[in-house]
Amino acid sequence: MHKILSFTVRDIVTQYMNISIYMKMGYMNINLNVVFALAFKIPPHVMGCGMGKAAASLGKKREREHISVPAMRAALLIQRWYRQYAARLEMRRRCTWNIFQSIEYAGEQDQIKLYNFFGYLMEHFTPASSERSLISHIFRENDVVHDTEWERYFCYKSIEVSHGYHGPHLTFPMTFCEASKLVEAFKHKQLLHSRYVLQLLGEAWKLLRILPNINHVSTCHSKEITICGDLHGQLEDLLLVFYKNGLPSSEKPYVFNGDFVDRGKSSMEILLILFAFLLVYPNGVHLNRGNHEDHIVNLRYGFTKEVLGKYRVHGKKILKLLQKMFSWLPLATVIDGKVLVVHGGISDTTDLNVIARMERHKYVSALRPPKSSRRSAGGNRRAPCCTEGGEERNHHGTGARARAPGPGSRHAAHRRSLHSGSAVEEELRQRRQQAGLSQSLQELRRLVSSSSSSDEDDDDADDGNSDPQPRTPERDEWKQMVDLLWSDPMAQDGCQPNQVRGGGCYWGPDVTEEVLGRHHLQLLIRSHECKQDGYEFCHNRRVLTLFSASNYYEVGSNRGAYVRMGPDLVPHFIQYQSSQTCRTLTLRQSIGRTERSALGALREQLFAHKSDLLGAFQHYDPDNTGVISLKHWASAMEGVLKLGLPWRVLRSQLGTSTQDGMLDYREWIQDLVFSEPKHELSNASILETMYRNHSNLETIFRIIDTDHSGSLSFEEFRQTWKLLSAHLKTEVDDDAIADLALSIDFNKDGSIDINEFMEAFRLVALAVPS
Amino acid sequence: MADDRERAEILVTGVHKRINDAFQVFDHDLNKTVDVREIGAIVRSLGCFPTEAELLDIIDEVEEPNGFICFERFLPTMSKILMENKFRPIPEDTLLTAFEVLDQQKKGHLEPNELTEYMRQGDEPFTQLEMEEMLSSAVEPDSNLIYYKDFVNMMVLDGER
Repeated sequence: MHKILSFTVRDIVTQYMNISIYMKMGYMNINLNVVFALAFKIPPHVMGCGMGKAAASLGKKREREHISVPAMRAALLIQRWYRQYAARLEMRRRCTWNIFQSIEYAGEQDQIKLYNFFGYLMEHFTPASSERSLISHIFRENDVVHDTEWERYFCYKSIEVSHGYHGPHLTFPMTFCEASKLVEAFKHKQLLHSRYVLQLLGEAWKLLRILPNINHVSTCHSKEITICGDLHGQLEDLLLVFYKNGLPSSEKPYVFNGDFVDRGKSSMEILLILFAFLLVYPNGVHLNRGNHEDHIVNLRYGFTKEVLGKYRVHGKKILKLLQKMFSWLPLATVIDGKVLVVHGGISDTTDLNVIARMERHKYVSALRPPKSSRRSAGGNRRAPCCTEGGEERNHHGTGARARAPGPGSRHAAHRRSLHSGSAVEEELRQRRQQAGLSQSLQELRRLVSSSSSSDEDDDDADDGNSDPQPRTPERDEWKQMVDLLWSDPMAQDGCQPNQVRGGGCYWGPDVTEEVLGRHHLQLLIRSHECKQDGYEFCHNRRVLTLFSASNYYEVGSNRGAYVRMGPDLVPHFIQYQSSQTCRTLTLRQSIGRTERSALGALREQLFAHKSDLLGAFQHYDPDNTGVISLKHWASAMEGVLKLGLPWRVLRSQLGTSTQDGMLDYREWIQDLVFSEPKHELSNASILETMYRNHSNLETIFRIIDTDHSGSLSFEEFRQTWKLLSAHLKTEVDDDAIADLALSIDFNKDGSIDINEFMEAFRLVALAVPS
Repeated sequence: MADDRERAEILVTGVHKRINDAFQVFDHDLNKTVDVREIGAIVRSLGCFPTEAELLDIIDEVEEPNGFICFERFLPTMSKILMENKFRPIPEDTLLTAFEVLDQQKKGHLEPNELTEYMRQGDEPFTQLEMEEMLSSAVEPDSNLIYYKDFVNMMVLDGER
């Protein structure tokens, strides 16, 4: 014991100096225990009093100080083996990730296609068509109506708060105390009363309308600024950030980089918190619009459903107000004139001056080109759907709006101004006859723009429709905005359309250099893509992706992160993961869990495409042997599903076994087992269509459900199917639809509850025996 | 002769396909390039057991100046490796024996800091992160010991998937 106590500090320091030499030689990973053992040279038997187990093992260390050659060789072998094992795990993790991303992005693409299809219907259907009236209301443009009238519509004052309400009561003007009270209330899972919701949102809307398109922020006074990425309705993550980093204030400014809503369950609460703090600290909270701050996207990804579920009486009004507020959200934030923060990214044409000048609120949905570029050259024509605005007429009695000539004459105007040749006219007539058979996104855009280019180039004698997408100033602006909200970075140089998402671009490192250089910027911070560690650099660390929704795909799938940045503009990262359980999962367990979830999602896709898959397999098996090669199996899978996944790598996890490299596809398809829906359906193809287009169906339902009652009449249901089949180019016969409708009218009251319908036909995968 | 040639062709195509599939998983932008840091995962997931130094040799051969690896150059190199069965897999019992060598006192288990000491030394020591990950799968939580026989079984089983 005394021996130990007699070591001086100088001895310890000397040993540490030696260690630092080791480190310089590259032995960076030295174990401190080894250090101690070397430093103290303590023989094992001297260990006693009070130093316990640690000391005992230090003693053992000393024996192995000089590791024998066999042991070194054994260690090398284990290292090699383990690295191989870890690589296989990484491969699995990556595959799982790809599955989730592909399905997510394919969904986004679907949504855009659907929306464009509706837009196309709007442009080309005859006015009398009932389908058109069903969906016209999502395209209503309200800019002509003055905001004061809208304010009256959104007024909260008439809404009473009953004594039974136990949620928070807000007083205005908003203060820090009120805002923190709100956070506390949401922590305790309370719901804010619709009166306060409308009041809070109304105040925030006023503020948003005076904010510029680009927030300019500075980190003077040694302030650090905190930047958060996508939150997607995951309140736990926002609360975790506040817990770790503090609530927003003038001294603790925040930038929130879009995608606050959709997918998670608490989108509304997140919005309310962000807007509350915005009201208290207009210079301390900066919001950027994301691609999900868009009422069209919300129809599909859950925000609309969340609001209507939480606010049955006033949900519709709240949604309408939010629709406008989203269009008024700023598009970007610039920190110290050097760091650009934007939700999606940039393109080779990005020009912040153009963005600063535009009227951003014109783009209620970023997916739709501005109305003015489609208007005909003459007169004050309004949007084609203004006449169907029943809801508006009820609430806005004033004749302040200029009433447009009826849609019939608009078509006539179209025809008159189409002097680019009869070819286009003929095509249009065919389209009308075929009742809007869908085409590719490109073709749709071309068709829409070709009619508009004819409109605008009235004076142009040789307008020959040569340019498929005429570059009007409005279209340029619109493209700038879509690029900001939807683009993704890529590794190679250049700039190309983002086919995967269906909107925005892929941009390369050369574009980053050029755009940043042109604007004298040094860093681009964006979000939009989920990253396993919550953040990721690319393009020589000039682009930073930041994602703040942890466990986005599944518990344990990824961490979230936020960034703190001081006047030196060096980003400091803080990572977190919100669920309790996942912290204790080993890497292997968490990969396994996410993987099972991804495979489940993938199997749903397979099941939904069963007949197409069978057809594709049979194509490769002309002699009907029942087996095909793996190569053909992979081609068939990709041909039908178009998810861009490495099928051969996934093969074993999808339960495929091969003999001599050949796969029994009939058996394999049979093994995709799922629970039967609660209702027997005679028509199997309708069932499959339903599974496959689950999200599309739900989107269409919600669009058609104009009064947001949550239920559809039989006729509306029938119209839905007709719309869907037009979009998908399939035939669905009326009898089958009628049968279906009857069979799912659970209450037998002549109407179909949307939620119940979606629930009944949600696929529930049975565990696949491994 | 023709049969042999055909069989050889099929074999080669099979190998190419496997390499392509593994490559594709890490090819984010679907442009036939991967980041050089992913090469280890790709090569190993194809069943090879190279050392870090051997990996660096492969990288030297195929890396582009911009820090990426493109498929055209990777394919021939990797095909050769697979066909020649270089970096052969380590048999399971050899792995078990290796652990037994480290377990000098024949206890049937190792303590976390014992294993750490071995893994963090040598020419290609584990990084902090690798060590943490290994320990998280290897250590039995209740006893805080590494029952290496079970660990080896687990690593091998996972490999069969």
